[in-house]
Amino acid sequence: MQLGFKEEDIKFRDEVRSFIKETFTDDMRKTLSLSKNGHAGKDLHVKWQKSLYERGWMAPNWPEQYGGAGFTSTQKYIFESEMAREGAPRTIPFGLSMVAPVIMEFGSQEQKDKFLPDILESNVWWCQGYSEPGSGSDLASLQCKAENQGDHYLVNGTKIWTTMAQYADWIFCLVRTSKTEKPQEGISFLLIDMKSPGIEVRPLITLDNSPEPHQEVNQVFFEDVKVPIENLIGEENKGWTYAKYLLEFERGTAYSPGLYRGIKNLKDIARDTSIGDGLTLLDDNDFLNKINECEIQIQAMEFVELRIFSALSAGQRVGPESSILKTRGTEIGQYLQELAVEAIGYWSHPFVEDTFANVNEPSIGPDYAATITPEYYNGRKTTIYAGSNEIQRNIISKAVLGL
Amino acid sequence: MDFSFSEEQTLLRNTIQSFIQDNYDFDKRQAIVKSEEGMKQENWKQFAELGLLGLPFSEEDGGLNFGSVETMIVAEEFGKGLVVEPYIQTVVTCGGFLRRASASIKEKYIPGIISGEDIWAFAYAEPQGRYNLNDLTTTATLDGDHYIINGYKSVVSGGPWANKFIVSVRTSGDQRDSDGISVLIVDKNSEGLSIRDYPTVDGSRASEITLENVSVSKDELIGEEGKGAELIELIVDETIAAICSEAIGAMKVLNDATVEYCKTRKQFGQPIGKFQVLQHRMVDMFMQYEQSVSMTYMVNLKLDEEYAERRKAASGAKVQIAKAAKFIGQSAVQLHGGMGMTDELNVGHYFKRLSMIENSYGNIDHHLKKYSSAG
Repeated sequence: MQLGFKEEDIKFRDEVRSFIKETFTDDMRKTLSLSKNGHAGKDLHVKWQKSLYERGWMAPNWPEQYGGAGFTSTQKYIFESEMAREGAPRTIPFGLSMVAPVIMEFGSQEQKDKFLPDILESNVWWCQGYSEPGSGSDLASLQCKAENQGDHYLVNGTKIWTTMAQYADWIFCLVRTSKTEKPQEGISFLLIDMKSPGIEVRPLITLDNSPEPHQEVNQVFFEDVKVPIENLIGEENKGWTYAKYLLEFERGTAYSPGLYRGIKNLKDIARDTSIGDGLTLLDDNDFLNKINECEIQIQAMEFVELRIFSALSAGQRVGPESSILKTRGTEIGQYLQELAVEAIGYWSHPFVEDTFANVNEPSIGPDYAATITPEYYNGRKTTIYAGSNEIQRNIISKAVLGL
Repeated sequence: MDFSFSEEQTLLRNTIQSFIQDNYDFDKRQAIVKSEEGMKQENWKQFAELGLLGLPFSEEDGGLNFGSVETMIVAEEFGKGLVVEPYIQTVVTCGGFLRRASASIKEKYIPGIISGEDIWAFAYAEPQGRYNLNDLTTTATLDGDHYIINGYKSVVSGGPWANKFIVSVRTSGDQRDSDGISVLIVDKNSEGLSIRDYPTVDGSRASEITLENVSVSKDELIGEEGKGAELIELIVDETIAAICSEAIGAMKVLNDATVEYCKTRKQFGQPIGKFQVLQHRMVDMFMQYEQSVSMTYMVNLKLDEEYAERRKAASGAKVQIAKAAKFIGQSAVQLHGGMGMTDELNVGHYFKRLSMIENSYGNIDHHLKKYSSAG
C-alpha cells in the first residue's frame, strides 16, 4: 500500500492544470458562478466541450477506436479530480456517457456512424427519457408506449424530469413495446429526433426558480410521434438490459474533488463574514468545527474512492458497493450547501429570479449570496434522482450485505 | 396545570381557519406572492375587521387585551396558510414596542395599527452585525429637539409594505455595547430615508434602508435614551415565540401532506408508505413536530418570566424549532420525490418558509450561545 502518484502522472496532472487555466476563462467562471443549478446555457457548455474535443479529452471513458482519450485509469482519476477541483463545467452526460456506451455496445454499425462522432464533437445535444410521472424509483413500471407499425414506431406518452430537454436535438427513451407479466421484459430502447412532429417540451420550474430558458428540467410529451424502426437500439423488448448496462458503466464517479472545492468555497465565505470584534465566522469554533467535521467526512469519501479506483486499476470489478459513493457523496454535498446557507446568515433571504440578467444595481449583500440558497434548495434533488438514497441503501443492503 | 384552550381561544382559531380556507388556498397565496405589491390590502382590512390587528393592545388603547397564547394561535394558523401579510412584524414586533411606549406615542400610533391604516416594520439588522442585536453602526445624535439618524439597515422584513419603521440606533457607546442603544420611530417618507425593496426566497418582501441625516422629533423615542437594549431583546423574544408558532403551523401542513402522499403514491406495486424506512422517517417528523409544539407552548407561557428564564425559554424554543424546521422541511421534499422539487407543489414553499425561520432572529449556534450564557 502506498500513497502518491508516479512522476508521469504528475506530469499529466500539470498538463490538465494548464489546459484548465487556458481554457476555463474568467468569463466562463463568472457565467457559471451566476447559475443557481449548475447549468449556464447551451453556448457555454458546447464551447467548453468543443475545446475538450480539440484537446482529445472529451471522452475519457470511451475506447480509443471511437475517439476516447486513451487515459489510463490513474489519468482518468486525475483528470476528473482536477476538473472538479477547479469547478470546470461538467461535460453534459446524456450523450457522452449515457447513450454513447449503449450505442457502442448494442447499436448497429449505421447507428454508431450516425451518432457517435456528433456526440464526441458536441454537435448534437442529447437528453434522457427514463422517468415518468408514475414511474420514479420504480422505473420498470413505465408506461410511455411505442407501437410497432412496420417501418416505424408510434410513440405516445410522457417523460418527466428531462434535464435540459429545451436544448436537446435527440432524446433516448425507454418505451413500452409490449405488456408482459414481468414489466422489465416489455421495454425497448429508442432514439428519437426531438424535431419529430408531436413532441412538446414544457419547462418544469423547480425550487431554485431559474426562469426559462435556464430551467433544469422539463416534461416531454409524445403524441403520435413517428420514430423510424432503425432508431431502435438492439432488439425489441430488450431495453431494460441495455439500461442496466448503462448503470454499470456509470459506476465510480468521484465525488470528493468537487466536495473539497465546496469546503474551499465555504472557508472563503466564512472568512468574508464578520461576527464582530474584528473576527470572522472562521474564528467561530462552532462553525469551524462543522467545516472540519465535513472535511473529515470528505476525506473518508476520498479514500473510499481511491480504494475503488485502485481496485479498478488492478482490473477488479466494482460492484454495488459503489452505491456508497452516490449515497455519501450526495449527502455530504447537501450538508455543504446547508453550511453555506448558514454562513451567509440573513443574506440567505433575498431572492433573485434571473441571476443571469444584467442589472445595474449592486447585489443585495455579497455578490456570491444570490445563488447560495437556491443551490441549497436545488441540491435536495441529489438524494432523490438517479435512484433515491433509500433505493441505494436497499441495493447495498441486498447486494452487499445479503440481507 | 391546564394545556387546553378556552372557548374564546378556540373561536379565535376557527375564525382564522375559515379566513385561510376562504382567502388563502395555495393558488390564491401564490397569486398574492406574484402580484406587484406582494401582499393583499383586502386581507389586511379583513384582519382589522376581525380584530386581529388589535389583539395584544390593552382595552384602553382600543385593543382586545389578549396575551401570547392568542398570538400563538393566530401565528400558528397563519403558518398553515403561509400568510405573507406582515402580521407578526406589525402587530407582535412593532406593536410590542408601541405597547410599552409613552402614553402620547400609544395614542398617536396604536389606533393606526388597529384600524389597519398603518403597516410597520422593525429595522434592526446591520450587515456587520450578524445576529447580534447590539452591534449597531447606525447612529442618532440629538440636535436640539430632534435626533439626526445616519446608518444602514438590512433585510428589513416587510419593509416594502410598511409606512412606519421602528429603528434601533446607537446614541452613545461603542459599536457593540449594550448601553447606549435607543429605539426610534421613523416615518417612511422622512427626508433622507432611501429604500431598496426586493422579494425574499419564502415569497415575502424585504428592504435595505439607508438613513442619511434623517431627522425625527425626540418625541419619537421609545423608552429611555440609551436604555433600549433590554426592551429590544424582550420584543425579539416575543417575536421569536410568534415565529415558532408560525413554524409549527407550517410543519403540521408538511407532515400531513407527506403522510397523505405516501399513502397514495404507489411504486413497486404498493403505496410507498408501506416501506418501513419511510415510515420511520415520518415518525421522526411527527416526533419533531410534537416537540416543537411543546416548546412553542413553553416559550409562549414563559415570556413574562424573569430574564434568565425567559432567555432560556426563547433560545431553547428557537433551537428546537430550527432543528425541526430543517428536518421536516427536507424530509417532506425527499418523501415527495421529484414532485417535492417543483415550484408547482406547495411542499417546496413550506420548506422555504421554514428554512428562513431557521435563522430569523438568530440561528441555532447563536441561540445555543445565548442559552449557555443565560446562566
